[in-house]
Amino acid sequence: MNMQMTSRVDSAMDRAPDAAVIEARDLNLVFGTGETSVHALKDINLTINKGEFVSFIGPSGCGKTTFLRCVASLETPTGGSLTVNGMTPEDARKQRAYGYVFQAAGLYPWRTIAKNIKLPLEIMGYSKAEQDKRVAEVLELVELSGFGGKFPWQLSGGMQQRASIARALAFDADLLLMDEPFGALDEIVRDHLNEQLLKLWARTDKTIGFVTHSIPEAVYLSTKIVVMSPRPGRIHEVIDSTLPKERPLDIRDSPEFIEIAHRVREGLRAGHAHD
Amino acid sequence: MKTVLAVLTVVVTLIGIWYLACVPMNIKGVLDAAERAGEQVTPATARERRDASALGLVAQNSFAIPRVWSVERPRLPAPHQVATELWDTTVMKKITSKRSLIYHAQVTLSATLMGFAIGTGLGILLAVGIVHSRVMDMSVMPWAIVSQTIPIIALAPMIIVVLYSIGVQGLLPKAIIAAYLSFFPVVVGMVKGLRSPDHMQLDLMKTYFASQGQVFWKLRLPSSMPYLFASLKIGIAASLVGAIVGELPTGAVAGLGARLLAGSYYGQTVQIWSALFAAAILAAALVALLGLLEQVLLGRMGVKP
Repeated sequence: MNMQMTSRVDSAMDRAPDAAVIEARDLNLVFGTGETSVHALKDINLTINKGEFVSFIGPSGCGKTTFLRCVASLETPTGGSLTVNGMTPEDARKQRAYGYVFQAAGLYPWRTIAKNIKLPLEIMGYSKAEQDKRVAEVLELVELSGFGGKFPWQLSGGMQQRASIARALAFDADLLLMDEPFGALDEIVRDHLNEQLLKLWARTDKTIGFVTHSIPEAVYLSTKIVVMSPRPGRIHEVIDSTLPKERPLDIRDSPEFIEIAHRVREGLRAGHAHD
Repeated sequence: MKTVLAVLTVVVTLIGIWYLACVPMNIKGVLDAAERAGEQVTPATARERRDASALGLVAQNSFAIPRVWSVERPRLPAPHQVATELWDTTVMKKITSKRSLIYHAQVTLSATLMGFAIGTGLGILLAVGIVHSRVMDMSVMPWAIVSQTIPIIALAPMIIVVLYSIGVQGLLPKAIIAAYLSFFPVVVGMVKGLRSPDHMQLDLMKTYFASQGQVFWKLRLPSSMPYLFASLKIGIAASLVGAIVGELPTGAVAGLGARLLAGSYYGQTVQIWSALFAAAILAAALVALLGLLEQVLLGRMGVKP
């Protein structure tokens, strides 16, 4: 444990401030063989630098979730190279380099919110005192202070998803991977959580990979938008956002926002036209 | 109130059917006794009555109907006879008496509980092995299933004889037969329960680089609790059946099984029925106890009330 910690600090210092956190070169992933094989990812080239907020958007089957799962070493690519923090994804996973937020909150119903957030901390061997300190910190970060003693069923869907984000933030991972975390929530809750997520990103300086179906969500949140298209799953276009880092919700009515949203929509349409 | 009424209706109906069934079941015995006492019955001889239909005899000898509920050794004892016997052999007897059903129930209960403990422990261990090892899944599971296809009534004497020949007797052989019946539902339920976490929950543990042990203690085991309790309830009832069956071939002098056996040797149907009811009440109590334990434990695990 100790040695892992030291080596991670060293490698973090070796990197330049805007060094690539995720780097994919000619990445391919084919599920199955022969007639029934599915080309889930084809020739993906992408660099995500430290501190970026990158959204992946595209229709279902475009490989956006699959790419995120490759980064998390939950899937294994069949070709090309992929590094996370300069390591293979598997080594990065073994060093607990990222927090992963799934589409469903997936809180353990038999644990209170605080105990749910402690789950990764227990597994990673943090001391009791450190666990309590961190739980208090992240609960405050996602505005759930005072809910630590509640069981998941006592919380609304939005609050549960915030708790699952807190769980992913509790340990020291500079990378946050989020797979449609707000997909199942209604529009108003979603707006609120988007706003909170931006604040949280500004406060914690994490690198975020974010999969979404929603164009406004992608434009509002991201510094970089990766537009993907299906069959085979590939990157159609990468759009750098020109929006400032400070983004109130009404920025969505600005011409700049609408212009970027338009480019994303055009990109999605063009990507679909290949079918 | 409505549910109480419904439950009462069912109970009353069942008891009513039981009383009615006593009439054709016991009529021949009653008529034989009446003939011996010199009363006029139709047809007059036992030989003729043997081939007559029970309902016909009832119709021809309606005077005898009230007597069918108070026969001393009836084919089918009436509910109040069983109730009286139960009362006499539980409340009215000292529990140290050989005629006390509580004494016999306690003998059977100790074998049941011991067998249940062995069976549950073994079942959980096997399930853990099966879930974690493909080899065990493929080698143990088929045998566990095969083991349950052999009628316990055929196997029980062999177990007892084999154990006796190596010097084991008394409580343990009965407990082993009880365990033999109770381990299976626990294995099946526990395997299902330990495999119940979905892909996402397992992926989450993978992102934490959790060890197999951590996945087991923090995810699989808590997830399996509802399945375990369902299995335990089946297991304890099966365990009781096993303990009773284990008492039959040994010629045991104590236990509900021994009571059943003695009753059937001497045609004491009332005794058989009261032993059966004692076993049923015992099983119900054990299952209820497990249900209570389940409620307490799952409640502490934060299950929505």
